[in-house]
Amino acid sequence: MNKNLMYDVVVIGGGPAGMAAAIESYNQGAKTLLIERNEKLGGILNQCIHNGFGLQYFNEELTGPEYALRFVELLSKTKVDVLLNTFVIDINGLNVTIINEKGQTVVQAKAIVLAMGCREKTPAGIMLTGSRPVGVYTAGQVQKMVNIHGKLPGKNCVILGSGDIGLIMARRLTYEGAKVLEVLEIMPESGGLKRNIVQCLNDNNIPLKLKHTVTRVVGNTRIEGVYVAEVDGFTPKLETEKFVKCDCLILSVGLIPEVDLVKNLKLNPKTGGADVNEFRETNISGIFSCGNVLHVHDLVDNVTYESKLAGTNAAKYALGKLTHKKPFNVVAGNGIRYVSPSFGYMSEKEDLMIYFRLSSRITKSYICVKCGENEIYSKFVLAANAGEMQKIQIEKSKINGDLTVLVRGQ
Amino acid sequence: MKTTCIMCPVGCELTIEKVGKEVKVTGNSCLRGETYGKNELTNPMRIVTALVKTKLGVLPVKTTGMVPKNRINDVLKEIEKLELNKAQAGDVVIKNVCNLNVDIVVTGNY
Ligand SMILES: Cc1cc2nc3c(=O)[nH]c(=O)nc-3n(C[C@H](O)[C@H](O)[C@H](O)COP(=O)(O)OP(=O)(O)OC[C@H]3O[C@@H](n4cnc5c(N)ncnc54)[C@H](O)[C@@H]3O)c2cc1C
Repeated sequence: MNKNLMYDVVVIGGGPAGMAAAIESYNQGAKTLLIERNEKLGGILNQCIHNGFGLQYFNEELTGPEYALRFVELLSKTKVDVLLNTFVIDINGLNVTIINEKGQTVVQAKAIVLAMGCREKTPAGIMLTGSRPVGVYTAGQVQKMVNIHGKLPGKNCVILGSGDIGLIMARRLTYEGAKVLEVLEIMPESGGLKRNIVQCLNDNNIPLKLKHTVTRVVGNTRIEGVYVAEVDGFTPKLETEKFVKCDCLILSVGLIPEVDLVKNLKLNPKTGGADVNEFRETNISGIFSCGNVLHVHDLVDNVTYESKLAGTNAAKYALGKLTHKKPFNVVAGNGIRYVSPSFGYMSEKEDLMIYFRLSSRITKSYICVKCGENEIYSKFVLAANAGEMQKIQIEKSKINGDLTVLVRGQ
Repeated sequence: MKTTCIMCPVGCELTIEKVGKEVKVTGNSCLRGETYGKNELTNPMRIVTALVKTKLGVLPVKTTGMVPKNRINDVLKEIEKLELNKAQAGDVVIKNVCNLNVDIVVTGNY
């Protein structure tokens, strides 16, 4: 058995979110434990071998594994206890039940940081019809298969969904000698970063078919092909249906926060993650959340900023130093799909950090924050896509009531 | 030509034109974007990431700098040829790959 474990702060998940939170918690003087179910730290970054990480945070262009190693290094300079190969199976109040080779144990925490990341949506999740032969994978599975195990899922691939992981994998598969026939996107616009469409698809002459979807998967034991059709809204136009022969269908259809572990967690219906205040504290006092388990991030740099905040505040809470003053709401207004956090507290010294996503692509517009009738913040944007997370920072001294984030024209 | 800058996730929409002998880039918001735009018209460059085989499994690698887009396949072939015993993050596994003045370096561990 593990001996009786007691910590100020227990961080669950050893990806970039958990590592940053644990380091900050330790820096605040809290006795901190970091728990990871895999045999190594780094989370999903270990399978993201492409470059483009850390441009904001490190001012350098790193690959996923390099970004992870930077934090493994920082962590090794702290006295944070790390448990690898350890699965958290239950959270009850502030008691965390873990299971590992020593058996099952309850860890008592004074504060918890949730940093479990997210998982991918499945064929059922997007109501794909037809059979389920071998050869249908999610993009994350393929990323792991290719980048960690060095295996190819097929020779002729169709990718459904133009999320970033799918785009990145289109290039990886091409580099490894497979043929990516086409990428299909049901929406009129790709949810992936523009740079990924340019450097992954255009560079390799892979067609991106917008307003197209897979209507049926064909094949008994192995996939033989898919039927593809144009859509009108979400309804396939059956007269446009055609057969595409392939030995692999890859779904890149989005991610959902992995929140199931915590009972009675109040969720934000727009993000699927917890509803949090500016400290990234959930409705359950003492439980904090950050990274992809809070809301799906496209940039790891943003994960790091958010997680440092959660780690700092979890430590303050555990040490009895976190004060909650008069609350104000943060609301998504015109043109904004969601905001995180949903509320803050007045008169704290720290700036308020708001993350949000747009409802649709904007060009030559202002992103503004209103407090009552007063516009307390505005930023001109030349162009921004709905797929890209936005971040703004507001001085607390300017806030005296509820805030609305919105988009307006000139 | 018009394209999206890939130097960072902001993704500025660039317009690249030849004005006399000069290449003019507009729409960029930093110097990296200007350099990228100029190269895009004359000699497009990319960082290449791939995998190297070792006896203990594959490891991720990258080029230490950009290489011309039309040489990516040559670089991939050189990496493909390697079969190492083992390696770790930071190891240079090919020096001056294809005479392009960049190295291939390991970026992760097992
Ligand atoms: C499949 C996939 C591919 C991605 N590819 C890219 C990409 O190519 N480029 C990009 O910029 N972004 C990519 N992302 C986004 C990327 O995930 C984020 O930038 C960032 O890595 C998220 O960090 P995180 O720490 O919140 O989550 P993760 O990196 O997912 O880390 C969560 C960690 O928690 C652990 N964990 C979960 N549950 C438990 C439990 N019960 N007990 C113990 N440990 C647990 C997991 O093992 C994991 O290590 C990808 C995301 C996914 C899901």
